Amino acid sequence: MLHMICCVKQVPDPEAPASQFKVDEAAKKVLPIPGVDPVADEYAVRGVEAALRIREALGEAKITILTLGPEAARDAVKKALAMGADEGVQLTDKAFEDGDSFATARALAAAIKKLEPFDLVFCGRQAPDWDVGVTPSVIAELLGVPCVTRACDVKVSDGTLTVERVLMDGFETVEVRLPAVVTISNELGEPRYPQLREIMAAARKPVAVWSAADLGLDPSQVGAAGSVLSLDRLYVPVHEAKCEFIEGETMEEAAEKLAAKLREAKLI
Amino acid sequence: MANESGVLVVAETADGAVAGITLEVLGAARRLADKLGQPVQAALLGQGVEPLAQGLIAAGADKVYVVDQPILAEYQTDAFVPAIEKVCREANPSIVLLGQTDIGRDLGPRLAFRLGTAVAMDCLDLAIGDGRLVMTRACYGGNANAQHTCKTMPQMATVRVKSQEPLAPDTSRQGQVTKVAVDIDPAAVRTKITGRRKEEAEGIRLEDAEVIVGGGRGVGSAEGFQTLTELADLMKGAVGSTRAACDAGFCSVATQIGLTGKVVSPALYIAVGISGASQHMAGLSGAKNIVAINKDPEANVFRYCRYGIVSDWKAVIPTFLNKVRQLKAG
Repeated sequence: MLHMICCVKQVPDPEAPASQFKVDEAAKKVLPIPGVDPVADEYAVRGVEAALRIREALGEAKITILTLGPEAARDAVKKALAMGADEGVQLTDKAFEDGDSFATARALAAAIKKLEPFDLVFCGRQAPDWDVGVTPSVIAELLGVPCVTRACDVKVSDGTLTVERVLMDGFETVEVRLPAVVTISNELGEPRYPQLREIMAAARKPVAVWSAADLGLDPSQVGAAGSVLSLDRLYVPVHEAKCEFIEGETMEEAAEKLAAKLREAKLI
Repeated sequence: MANESGVLVVAETADGAVAGITLEVLGAARRLADKLGQPVQAALLGQGVEPLAQGLIAAGADKVYVVDQPILAEYQTDAFVPAIEKVCREANPSIVLLGQTDIGRDLGPRLAFRLGTAVAMDCLDLAIGDGRLVMTRACYGGNANAQHTCKTMPQMATVRVKSQEPLAPDTSRQGQVTKVAVDIDPAAVRTKITGRRKEEAEGIRLEDAEVIVGGGRGVGSAEGFQTLTELADLMKGAVGSTRAACDAGFCSVATQIGLTGKVVSPALYIAVGISGASQHMAGLSGAKNIVAINKDPEANVFRYCRYGIVSDWKAVIPTFLNKVRQLKAG
């Protein structure tokens, strides 16, 4: 039976208004916004959706959800289980915290090895917190498998994966033999929303919690200790533009004034 | 490895010429190398690309490593990674720079892994501090900036399109061209490209447009986008969009501007029904004048604007369009 592992990440809600976004510069951390819960990374959730579509096409498959994060990351796992995944694995350990993509990939790859055999690993194309998009390629390097990025469609047939990828100026179709890592882009489409019944069933699905020791990793190999890219500063850039609001007796008048101003500024 | 020296740029080609992003990255490389007192190197990979080496020298490179082999005719990860790895080991640079492009996004992380180092992606700014590369990049959808340094060599970064100035080309510049042969086993290429479909919007390329009319979810429909297209055509510009508008099916993904879309640098960007989420504004870092029409006076987009109108776009754009037509005719 095909075994697919979907990496998901819990992140601050990217839909929260920019005006509420604040950083603690001394701690180099983003401040949680009161009343705004973290969410499961929407690209990674589409990875779960891709896995579910493959299972539907094949008739059966095992889907494991994998996350690296604090205790609260359990919510991201539960959401994916409610969508239809079978079981979860949570990597929670102080040693895993504040890693760069390479250190984080080391932990995730070790967990994936422990979950062998596997055929497919799904990740989001980039997590909406750090927006880096490196971890999946490094997981693939560590596992010695190919990585196909920015997929908007994924099909499996007889051990071959056919992926439609999003490029800057179009699309590309790629074939690769399993096992492989695939990253998913938003063009895959809307992920399914679990019904209440499935949410309740998810509570009964098993979620294992593993530490660095469980993965046979020394703390110096993961997290901040295992990182070579250091975060020296985190800050909110200031946008200096002073917007001139154009008004009028009617919106039509405002529209004409705007055109006139842009002509004056030689922009038309 | 030790005694690393040099700022190496992984060059890209497009339509038989050096890609614009490569000229920009070479400009940055030159400025960094001059501060360090080190040379600028370029890695030129492809098939039939050797004649382009002089163009890289004119754009700032002191030495060009050329790997010109049929297996490199098209970008494929498993062919390019060993080739660029060999060049890096031979050149022994202290810094490696790539563009944040389809290739850079793919090659950067893998090359960093093979060289036992890390890479900072999509950098907005590069500087030298205490002899080390200081890399500034956007994160949290563009809401924050992060500044990084790397403890290992070479220090690697991918550079955001249109964030760096190229040098004025100087065809009198002298430099060295070295051919490197790499043994790439075709059987080691694990991915097979079976099809490609260009989906470029008609008319002016977004990346080159001086005027862009951008539509967001607030435009409300594909028909709404037709009005924006009429305006863009009138102004000899291009139509852009947000991810939300694309996801809603109002427009083609080829028009998407933002963190996961295109980066543009028009003289004028007219944002219609766009809230101004940082992920979208991240694609407008090069826009010189932004004008927005939005129903919500608190919309984030107004923080970036020169002019704004608080209104439903349908009450403004048709009149604006007619006035522009008048002004252009008269």
